[in-house]
Amino acid sequence: MRSAYIQESVIISPLGFDTAQNFKQLQAGNSALRKTTLSASLGETVVAQLDEEALNNHFQALGVESFGSRMEKMSLAALMPIIQQRPITANSLLILSTTKGNIQALADQDIQGSFIPAMAKRIADYFAFQQEPLVISNACVSGLMALSVAKRFIQMEQVSDVYIIAVDELTPFVLSGFQSFQALSPENCRPYDQDRQGVNLGEAAVACYVSSVKEADSIRIAGDANINDANHISGPSRTGEGLYLSIQKALQEANLKAEDIDYVLAHGTATRYNDDMEAIAFHRAGLANCPTTSLKGYYGHTLGAAGLLEAVITAECLRRQFVLASLGYAHPGTTEPMHIQQETLAKEIKTALKTASGFAGTNTALILTTD
Amino acid sequence: MYYISQYIQLQAGTVLFNGNPFFQSEHSEFKGFAKELYQKLELQYPKFYKMDNLCKLAFLASEIILQGNQESDVALLFSNQEASLGSDLQHQAHIQDPEQYYPSPAVFVYTLPNISIGEVSIRHQFKSESMFLLADAYPSTYLLPYTQYLLASGKAKKVLCGWFRMQDDNYEACCYLVEKEGPIAHETQTIE
Repeated sequence: MRSAYIQESVIISPLGFDTAQNFKQLQAGNSALRKTTLSASLGETVVAQLDEEALNNHFQALGVESFGSRMEKMSLAALMPIIQQRPITANSLLILSTTKGNIQALADQDIQGSFIPAMAKRIADYFAFQQEPLVISNACVSGLMALSVAKRFIQMEQVSDVYIIAVDELTPFVLSGFQSFQALSPENCRPYDQDRQGVNLGEAAVACYVSSVKEADSIRIAGDANINDANHISGPSRTGEGLYLSIQKALQEANLKAEDIDYVLAHGTATRYNDDMEAIAFHRAGLANCPTTSLKGYYGHTLGAAGLLEAVITAECLRRQFVLASLGYAHPGTTEPMHIQQETLAKEIKTALKTASGFAGTNTALILTTD
Repeated sequence: MYYISQYIQLQAGTVLFNGNPFFQSEHSEFKGFAKELYQKLELQYPKFYKMDNLCKLAFLASEIILQGNQESDVALLFSNQEASLGSDLQHQAHIQDPEQYYPSPAVFVYTLPNISIGEVSIRHQFKSESMFLLADAYPSTYLLPYTQYLLASGKAKKVLCGWFRMQDDNYEACCYLVEKEGPIAHETQTIE
């Protein structure tokens, strides 16, 4: 069976408009989180929001200013530089990952405008993809699941290559919901820390190219699994069962053991329950001593974009031989001990594990390797 | 080669199971239909009453098609066009007017279409592969090879594929179970 490789990526986030800029900001320890008031009803929240003026300038420079909703523009801006380098073929697949699409349209009574397949079709038509786009909406694992599915379609030899867009916006719709769950942190989030108070939300659009050809900078997807907890629709499993099984199955496929994993880029939302669930799952999987980082302290939780955002950063860590500090962490605070990476430094790493978990008990684990 | 062992269609108050009439409700609108079908199935599952309509539809269809299923490694591949529109509109109504602002976690949690996968997984204790796809029409081009892949690679023993339309009071569920044996070949013609 042929292999699938992560090639180049573009990250449109409050920390920059390409992957290199983003990585530089992470290395410098800069967070995009700011106190912001999106509406009087929401009050002040800590979020990672794109600067509207910088974003519009970026759209204009790319020549996409007249195209559709803000979210569509973000998606185009992410994918365009990749397609300019890598022209699509008759057999190329476009995958769109999002939890809520242009949900903001509902506030204006525009129901049709909120339909995600139509948005995916407009993006696919813009770039003249000949295959129908494949749209994944699987809560907070969507972006990572998109990579898993891309790898599988390449292995099946159903498509020649895959272009993925993972995108979600910061909206009163989603913020109000997380607020009603009392899940939002009033300060910058602190994944895995004893004083963590919850999650911050963010927004991003990420594009990534996946193909079967090994190139100089390619990162191989060596194993993957997407296993449900079958436990609770909004609460993480107390045994971390789905995440544990996802890791086991991904390791098995990659023909690796826990001790072969050099680095874990985990989900780490900084809610009490999520972080404990992960600690338990990693402990059961024999990964308690493996250096582990959450990127939520830099970007907040970008929902359907998060999995891909964090996976392409993991790929950058493997390319550059770097591990990143888990921003916001100071004191152990999970029910099982973890090895949280506290410094950003150069380090020899060959194989990394990327995980994500989300509402509905959904989990994804992906093993990335330089070989 | 894999086969469709069971299939089910629910719409306008009617349930067809493997092509045969299984249930006919006095009500064609979803609320009455779902309640009557739940009673007919003699279920004792209080969580059902908390679900939104999309989850109820997926739950009821799965309940019938999985009668007699003993396998726990059943992948769930669900799909529709409108995602969780019903709950989205309800949550939007709760936050639209700043004077009457009351977002509810009980509604918000259903504003993701894959919650339907969570509900079915919990009910049947499926710790298995799953995915929710959005498309204008049933994405058979992708679900056919993906299903074959899951079975051939050993990532699942059976695969339950479903389309769950829930727009206004227009509802439709079409589901089929794919495995090693069954009366119908699993190919493009039969799943469309």
